[in-house]
Amino acid sequence: MADEPLVLGIETSCDETGVGIVRGTTLLADAVASSVDTHARFGGVVPEIASRAHLESMVPTIERALKEAGISARDLDGIAVTAGPGLAGALLVGVSAAKAYAYALNKPLYGVNHLASHICVDQLEHGPLPEPTMALLVSGGHSSLLLAPDITNDVRPLGATIDDAAGEAFDKIARVLNLGFPGGPVIDRLAKEGDPKAIAFPRGLSGSRDPAYDFSFSGLKTSVARWIEAKRAAGEEVPVRDVAASFQEAVVDVLTRKAVRACKDEGVDHLMIGGGVAANSRLRALAEERCERAGIRLRVPRPGLCTDNGAMVAALGAEMVARNRSASDLELSADSSLPVTDTHVPGSVHDHDHVHEISKDNLYS
Amino acid sequence: MLLLAVDTATPAVTVALHDGNSVVAESGQVDARRHGELLLPAVDRVLAEAGVKLDAVTGVVVGVGPGPYTGLRVGLVTAATFGSVLSVPVHGLCTLDGLAYAAGQGGLEGPFAVATDARRKEVYWARYEDPRTRVGEPAVDRPADIVEQLAGLPVVGAGAALYPDAFPDARGPEHVSAGALAALAAERLAAGAELLPPQPLYLRRPDAQVPKNYKVVTPK
Ligand SMILES: [Zn+2]
Repeated sequence: MADEPLVLGIETSCDETGVGIVRGTTLLADAVASSVDTHARFGGVVPEIASRAHLESMVPTIERALKEAGISARDLDGIAVTAGPGLAGALLVGVSAAKAYAYALNKPLYGVNHLASHICVDQLEHGPLPEPTMALLVSGGHSSLLLAPDITNDVRPLGATIDDAAGEAFDKIARVLNLGFPGGPVIDRLAKEGDPKAIAFPRGLSGSRDPAYDFSFSGLKTSVARWIEAKRAAGEEVPVRDVAASFQEAVVDVLTRKAVRACKDEGVDHLMIGGGVAANSRLRALAEERCERAGIRLRVPRPGLCTDNGAMVAALGAEMVARNRSASDLELSADSSLPVTDTHVPGSVHDHDHVHEISKDNLYS
Repeated sequence: MLLLAVDTATPAVTVALHDGNSVVAESGQVDARRHGELLLPAVDRVLAEAGVKLDAVTGVVVGVGPGPYTGLRVGLVTAATFGSVLSVPVHGLCTLDGLAYAAGQGGLEGPFAVATDARRKEVYWARYEDPRTRVGEPAVDRPADIVEQLAGLPVVGAGAALYPDAFPDARGPEHVSAGALAALAAERLAAGAELLPPQPLYLRRPDAQVPKNYKVVTPK
């Protein structure tokens, strides 16, 4: 449809400078510049390096996306940008660019939530999201179960990790095994040649009295490291493939079990899985198996749309335009800890009651 | 000629419009923590005050620092984005040069030095023969380490006022103004001089620590 909103989205919450362009639920361009290689030798994302890389890549990535989409920036119906959560300095580069872009083009600006964007990106792959959608978001930065009755203004957190994010656990175990950074892809690859039942690693927060939808990967991480150290101390060779497979199985077992349970408890018949860890082949396979058994339809975007990208931000921005949500204003802040319930950051209403309400939050301190 | 100048390299968030002869409109706010929030509304105010739209601008001037990182990038990415959308050149200028030029407008002749706050008990600084002529490259140092080099010289900028023991002859202005930056750029462009590429002068490597080997978790 030609009257679907044409939106450009900017994502800079971590180490990927992403710019995507969508028309409604159709992906037109997805340009990403990553600084991941620069971070590899540090074993994790270094915020200042990421911010510097965003500044260098920002405008070239926007120009590349426009070229790829074959559209003129003048035709855009809005500019969307990740306002949070994420790394403060990194977010600020994208938010500043988006504001300048929106201002120069005289287009509405939408500061949107990174997590809601991870969910909304699936519209580009599998069409409009069912309402409500249950979403499992797993990456190096987040592990959450979210119920989304309306992706533009109603996203409810059901559970989250109480310690490490799932992706972080992959990175840490990869480091213990000297496999480099990031850990996800290499562990996935090695695990295919290993036995997932070789070692019984613990499933965190899976007792009957534990919170039903929260996750914990810290105990698992310690247990795996201890197991490897014991082998090394005994002078035995570490069966890297079996360790990778057994560790990965412990992670995806808990993730899929809790996600399916949440769907059943809430009476939701769709499960969406997003975030970088959604690229994990075993997570996809086990989720497919368990969802099928439970009569739940699984939606997982292709791996390139699961990791951080600009298309997901554009997808949510397009939905904001389509549903007439209020735009952000030029004072929009980058908020490193934007709550998931804030799906977007509408501009402050210039109304006296609201001004007083805002002032309570120590505006001047 | 209509130049839009912005500088966010220091606690000052400053914007000005310059028509080649003089500053048409200007805004300056000092708030080290809200560069991102303040810059675009300031641009909007300055353009409105001058009664022009952004697309009337023929060139963008941006202070490239040196400056503490996070705020500095706000001005640079904004300038680069405007340059891209408007298809106009983006000119970089050393922020310290803008301060030196402003000191000259205030009557200071030289030689003198300029110092801004680099945080972590350091200053960004440079020496000037006169308000238009910098001697050498800007640097970042602890005040105590440059006292001897700058002995007897007036020192301009907030970096001087912060360390009165090291810099007893502190002079104004304390903060950079985009008006001065734009005037300096206009002067240099009129003279056919090359300005800097709009790239940040960080002068420090990013803080990045290579994590040590993973922590052993097996109890001894
Ligand atoms: Zn993410």
